[in-house]
Amino acid sequence: MTLRFDKLGIVIAAIVAYAALFAPFATFRANRIVPGQARSILEALPPTLGMLLLAIVIVGGIIALLKTPLIIRLAASIVALVALAILIGVAGAFLTPDGNTFARIAPASGFWLLIFAFTLLLADVLTRLNLSPWSRVGVLMIAALAIAALLVSGLWDSLSILKEYASRADSFWAEASKHVTLALGSLVGAVIVGIPLGILCHRVETLRAGVLNVLNIIQTIPSIALFGLLIAPLGWVALHVPGAAAIGIRGIGTAPAFVALFLYSLLPVVANTVVGLAGVPRAANDAARGMGMTDRQRLLDVEFPLAFPVILTGIRIVLVQNIGLATIAALIGGGGFGVFVFQGVGQTAMDLVLLGALPTVALAFAAAIILDAVIEMTATKRRVETA
Amino acid sequence: MKAWLPALLRLAVLALLVVFITSPGWFEPLLKPLTENGAPAIYNQGSLLTLTLQHLRTVLVATVAATIVAVALAILVTRPAGAEFLPLSRSLVNIGQTFPPVAVLALAVPAVGFGEKPTLIALFLYGLLPIFENALTALTTLPGNVMEAARGAGMTGWQRLMKVELPLSAPVILGGIRLSVVISLATATIGSTVAAKTLGEVIIAGLISNNLAFVLQGGLIVAALAVLIYDGLSAIERYAARRMGQGAE
Amino acid sequence: MIEIEGITKRYDATTVVDNVSMVIEPRTIATIVGTSGSGKTTLLRMINRLVEPTSGVVRLDGADNRSVPGYQLRRSIGYAIQGHGLFPHRTVAQNIATVPLLLGWDRDRIKARVDELMTLYQLDPQAYGPRYPHELSGGQQQRVGVARALAAEPNVLLMDEPFGALDPIIRTKAQEDLLAIQKRFGTTIILVTHDMEEAVHLGDKIAVMDAGKLVQYAKPAEILARPASDFVETLVGASEKPFRLLSLGPVRDAVEPGGAEGEAIPGDATQRDALAELLWSGRPALPVKDADGKLLGRVTVEGLVKRAARPQ
Repeated sequence: MTLRFDKLGIVIAAIVAYAALFAPFATFRANRIVPGQARSILEALPPTLGMLLLAIVIVGGIIALLKTPLIIRLAASIVALVALAILIGVAGAFLTPDGNTFARIAPASGFWLLIFAFTLLLADVLTRLNLSPWSRVGVLMIAALAIAALLVSGLWDSLSILKEYASRADSFWAEASKHVTLALGSLVGAVIVGIPLGILCHRVETLRAGVLNVLNIIQTIPSIALFGLLIAPLGWVALHVPGAAAIGIRGIGTAPAFVALFLYSLLPVVANTVVGLAGVPRAANDAARGMGMTDRQRLLDVEFPLAFPVILTGIRIVLVQNIGLATIAALIGGGGFGVFVFQGVGQTAMDLVLLGALPTVALAFAAAIILDAVIEMTATKRRVETA
Repeated sequence: MKAWLPALLRLAVLALLVVFITSPGWFEPLLKPLTENGAPAIYNQGSLLTLTLQHLRTVLVATVAATIVAVALAILVTRPAGAEFLPLSRSLVNIGQTFPPVAVLALAVPAVGFGEKPTLIALFLYGLLPIFENALTALTTLPGNVMEAARGAGMTGWQRLMKVELPLSAPVILGGIRLSVVISLATATIGSTVAAKTLGEVIIAGLISNNLAFVLQGGLIVAALAVLIYDGLSAIERYAARRMGQGAE
Repeated sequence: MIEIEGITKRYDATTVVDNVSMVIEPRTIATIVGTSGSGKTTLLRMINRLVEPTSGVVRLDGADNRSVPGYQLRRSIGYAIQGHGLFPHRTVAQNIATVPLLLGWDRDRIKARVDELMTLYQLDPQAYGPRYPHELSGGQQQRVGVARALAAEPNVLLMDEPFGALDPIIRTKAQEDLLAIQKRFGTTIILVTHDMEEAVHLGDKIAVMDAGKLVQYAKPAEILARPASDFVETLVGASEKPFRLLSLGPVRDAVEPGGAEGEAIPGDATQRDALAELLWSGRPALPVKDADGKLLGRVTVEGLVKRAARPQ
């Protein structure tokens, strides 16, 4: 039997070989600010565990390199990822001197590259398995539960990111809820305003170009500037409109961030509603009219259901975009995960940056997968129905 | 009259922009009401012209690099030899788009330090995605009978790529570049939070000193640049598409 | 001369073309007919190696078509397809010049050839050369497609449903143009179609394909008179046979001595047209004239009906 190489496997194996043998696995710092010292896998772990991890990633790399059955590749990637996740925690505990609360242990480039390589392998396997929308959400759930279990177990507590978290546990959850409120709240607002506006633009052709142009121009204003520009008008409203201040409208803080995110969200929602409605087959519309449906019935029973997947795509764009943009709210005191990112950048404390950035990425990623699954389901359902 | 009105409007925006960044002092009376306690109305910690040029240079470098890499990758995965990578590259693009620009920017700092470099990396990575996606769409949806004719005429793989596939894909790839540039122009402002010299500096200085005039001038310059570049690239795209009889509206 | 010998194409378990052998004489037109999925297009594409056969040989003028790289082979063979496949980003003149450019002809020679072909196809080179394909009508696009296929003066022209997308009137014109051009350049043409009418009208010989197999390969009259199987019989259409047979020959061949009343019919019209005219006008005979207007004789209903009978 001849050995055959997998092309992607060559890339993965090269990354694994470099990361396992040459790149540092973890960084040790005597305190939060000083530069770190690199530790390789064998230095960062007790000898047996170190050898075990090396063996797992090297075997994983070889499995990736050769043409092997999907199920074996799936197993190899999961085993390697789980081993990496557990052992980075062990490395944290192992490298921290007893009783020392200043030392900081962080995952280093080797660890991240190994995670990247095996995630790539896993992504490739999952892509080739062509999972149904439900199973994709299931995989996401399992991964989320696994990470939650690791966090709760305390295995990672000796890692620097979690030390940053430990000293800010309260504010972390407060900022997290602000972040989600900002992203979701502005989306809900944009959907409530945007869909009717989209329908209006579809029906009244003279409005369409104007509305879309204005929304397009709003999108080109850089987010930090738009956030800043809303401070003045909202401050004025808070001062002069009775009751406005009572419901939380203020010149700085959440209100301008919310309004800015809402304004950015309008374009994708309105544009996709217009595109979706324009894409409704003429024949379907003609038939509906021919059967005597009123404009309202036609909209609710024919046009809107047919345009729904496209509108949903717009909502997906908005949600993922808002989760990212909400980080900027921190610059004008709007809160959210951006608080940690910008504090971290200011203090050159990268662990703090990660504390803000990783949850943001995870949220955006989960939102994208779930909404993609929903979009695919509505689209398939329609195909089956019309077939 | 309707046909030349938008062109005239753009020309006016361009003229206003050029005058503003070269002689911002002329506009001081307009911006003065936005300031408090006698704060300066025009950004005074650096020249707006220099910042604008640096902003544009950063975006240009990142976009050129992103275009070269994204188009090369898209070509690779659409060749028979790279076909194995096609499904994976699609998923990676989908995943990549969920990374917020701020996160990319902040995560690049530990690797390369402060200044222009992390901004370039963030703009490059974030700019890759729309271009790659559009190039991939264009290269995988070429009209079948045209490709058949190219093969039937005896073109080699390289000739088909250079003479047929890339020229036909050009309008769609340009569309990706346009999206990428507009995203980059706005994202570059955030680069100033990690000490990159861009127009974000003006906005952030305004946010810190509570000077609305700074925020407004920084934001408007970037927005005007974005609108003008967007329009310019759209026009090139339409010209290219019209020549091929596509989207002939 | 094109010799196809025992050629087979299999994709995994399915055999698309099954051990087909046929010889196409130089300077003739062979039409390949069959239902969709019969393997006729795959057979055609194995000649210029757009599809590589699983087994078997194709020889062009005695040389194995695998003796040169595929792309070089294709530059020496014309290829026209349904929906023409013109390059939308190149002008009409550039489209026609595709293969000559690939072959490295010099500029003057290319220009001369492009002008010649465009003139031949009734497209003014000055007016149409710089236009883009989408600025032409469907019929013009199709003509440019064939002109492009003929640009490098190939001895062999492969055509895959070239007239499939045209409306009936333009289609008839395109067929006449093709016959005229074939006479002029002496090109050997292999044309795939699903339309028996077109196959009979254009083909010196017709190959009938069914489920990957070559069922019958013969002159049109032979196919009409003695279909090799029920499938061929169905394809020919039983009620159409006598009329198709008449459509094969010009009126000139059916002329009898004598004269007749009424307007004359040209000698190169088909016998089918003559019969139709006779039946419609209710006359027993028509005068026949040649192109110069000289009276050749007459055709009669009786004479044509005899000719429409099954050949013995």
